[in-house]
Amino acid sequence: MNRAAEGTLLQVEHLSMRFGGLLAVDDVSFEARTGEITGVIGPNGAGKTTVFNCLTGFYKPTHGRLSLHRDGEVYLLEQMEGHKIAQDARVARTFQNIRLFPRMSVLENLMVAQHNRLMVASGYTFLGLFGAPSYLRAEREALDLCRYWLDRIGLTEFADDQAGSLPYGGQRRLEIARAMCTQPVLLCLDEPAAGLNPRESGELSELLVAIRDGAGSDGQKIGVLLIEHDMSVVMRISDHVVVLDYGRKISDGSAEEVRGDPNVIRAYLGEEEDEELPPEVVADLTQHGGETRP
Amino acid sequence: MEYFTQQLINGLTLGSIYGLIAIGYTMVYGIVGMINFAHGEIYMIGAFIGIITFSLLGAVGITWVPLAILLVLIVSMFFTAVHGWAVERIAYRPLRGSFRLAPLISAIGMSIALQNYVQIIQGAKIKPMQPVVRGNIPLMEANGFQVNISYLQIIIIVLTIALMAIFSLIIARTALGRSQRACEQDRTMASLLGVNVDRTISLTFVMGAALAAVAGVMVTMYYGVIDFFIGFLAGLKAFTAAVLGGIGSLPGAMLGGMLIGLIEAFWSAYFSIEYKDVAVFGILVVVLIFLPTGLLGKPEVEKV
Repeated sequence: MNRAAEGTLLQVEHLSMRFGGLLAVDDVSFEARTGEITGVIGPNGAGKTTVFNCLTGFYKPTHGRLSLHRDGEVYLLEQMEGHKIAQDARVARTFQNIRLFPRMSVLENLMVAQHNRLMVASGYTFLGLFGAPSYLRAEREALDLCRYWLDRIGLTEFADDQAGSLPYGGQRRLEIARAMCTQPVLLCLDEPAAGLNPRESGELSELLVAIRDGAGSDGQKIGVLLIEHDMSVVMRISDHVVVLDYGRKISDGSAEEVRGDPNVIRAYLGEEEDEELPPEVVADLTQHGGETRP
Repeated sequence: MEYFTQQLINGLTLGSIYGLIAIGYTMVYGIVGMINFAHGEIYMIGAFIGIITFSLLGAVGITWVPLAILLVLIVSMFFTAVHGWAVERIAYRPLRGSFRLAPLISAIGMSIALQNYVQIIQGAKIKPMQPVVRGNIPLMEANGFQVNISYLQIIIIVLTIALMAIFSLIIARTALGRSQRACEQDRTMASLLGVNVDRTISLTFVMGAALAAVAGVMVTMYYGVIDFFIGFLAGLKAFTAAVLGGIGSLPGAMLGGMLIGLIEAFWSAYFSIEYKDVAVFGILVVVLIFLPTGLLGKPEVEKV
C-alpha cells in the first residue's frame, strides 16, 4: 500500500465492482482531500453511484481498497459494516432520491443522526429516562447542533413539521443537514442539485463550499465528494474533478483541465470521427467490398 | 348497573394483560414488518419464570409481598427478555433479507419449539400458585350485589398504565425510540446515519419480551394456574388486539388490548361464556374487513 500524501482523506485504489457479467466499475483509483470538493461526473451508467455504494458499505467491492485517513488512523471501508462506516470512519452520504424519515419531524430527523453520542450519554436509555445530568447536557448539545443547521438551511420555523411535508428544495437541504449532523469527515452527495431551480442550486453551491470550509464542523475542514449532473454546479465549486465512463476513469484534474480533455468531450458528445466497426464486420466488408461496390 | 361496573373492572384487568402482550407484537411488526408468532410463548415463559421465582423466594424466606412481587417482576422480565433476544438472534436475524414468509414460518416453528421446551423441562401438568395478594375493596352495593375491586386488579391496572407510559416515553423522547422509529421507516438510511440496526431490532424484541413477562406474572397471580399452553390463546388474543388497534401503532395496541379485554368480559357476562373467544375473533374478522388498518393504524403506503 502506498503512503497517502499529506491531506489525503479518501484513497480509492484499483476499485472494481462486478455484477454478474457487467463490470460496473473497472479499476478506478482516485483521491479525495480534506478541504476540497471532489466532483465525480460521467454520463449515465458510468458507475458513479456504484462507487458511492462501495464507499458506504452497500456493496462489497470485487477488487480494490478504499481507505479513509482520519486522525492518523486508517479505516478500510470495504471491510466495515454499514453503521460503523458512519460511526467510526465518519463518512456520511445522501441519495439521488430523497430518503428522509418522512413521518418524523424535521428536528427528529436531525436528532437521529446524532444517535450514537446520545445513546452512549443516555447509558443506553436508562440513565436518560431518569434525566441524568450527563445525558441532559448531551441532549442540549445535540439540540444546539440541530438548531444551528436548521438556521443554516432556513428551516427553523418548520422544525416540528413532518419531514415528508416539506417542499422539495427543503427536503434536499434537510438531507444534507442531517448528513452533517453525523459530524462526518467525508460527505458524499449523490446529485444534490437534481430537481432544484437555478436559484436553489446557487444556494446549494454556497452551502457546499461553506461545509467544505468547516461550517458546522467547528471550523474543521472536511472533504466533499459530489456526484452531479448539473455542470454549472460541478465546474464552479469542484476543486478537483474525476470523470468516469463505462466504469473506467477517463480523466482526473482541475475543472479547467477536465473541461478541455478530449476524452471527456468524446464521452459526453460521442465520437467525432466515424465509429469504429467491430473487426468481424471490417473483415466482412474488405472481403466482399469489391463485389458489392463498383 | 352494579353488574356492569363489576364487568368493567374485570374487563379492564384482562385488557391490561392483553395490552401488555400486544405491545410486543406491534413494536416488532413496526420495526421488522413481521408477526412474531412466538411472542405468546414468550409470555408463557414469563409466567413460568415468575412462578419459579415465587417459589424460590418462598424457600429463601422472602415473604413480604411487595418486595416479593417486585423481585419476581425484575427476575422474570430479565430472563424473559433474554429469551426474546435469543429468539430474534436464532430464528429471525439469519432470515433477514430473505423472502417475507420465511421469518413467519420460522416464528411458528419457534413457537412450537418453545412450547415443547417448557413442556419437557417443567412437565405438562397445570402449575398452581397460592394467591399472593388477597383482599378487595367494596366499591358499592345495591340489590344485594356487591361491586368489588381486588387489590390485585388495582396492581395490574396501575402497573400496566405506568409501564405503558414509560414505554411511550421511551419511544417518543429517547435516542433509542428515535432510532427505532427511524429503522421502522428506512432501515438502510438509519444504518448510514450510524444507527446500529441489528442492535435496535434486538432491543425491540427485548422490550416486547419484558412487557410480556409482566403480563405473564400478572396472569399467574390473577388466575393462580398456568400451563405450557397458555401462550397460544393469549398470544392470539393479544395479536387480535394489536390488529384491532392498528398494528404498528403503540397507542393502538394499548387501546386494542383494553377493548378486547372489555369485549371478552361483557360477552361472558351478558351472552355466553362459552362463546367469548368466538366474539373476540369475530371482532378481528369484522375489523379486517371494514377497517384493515385498525382503529389507530396508518394506511399502508406502498414502498417503492
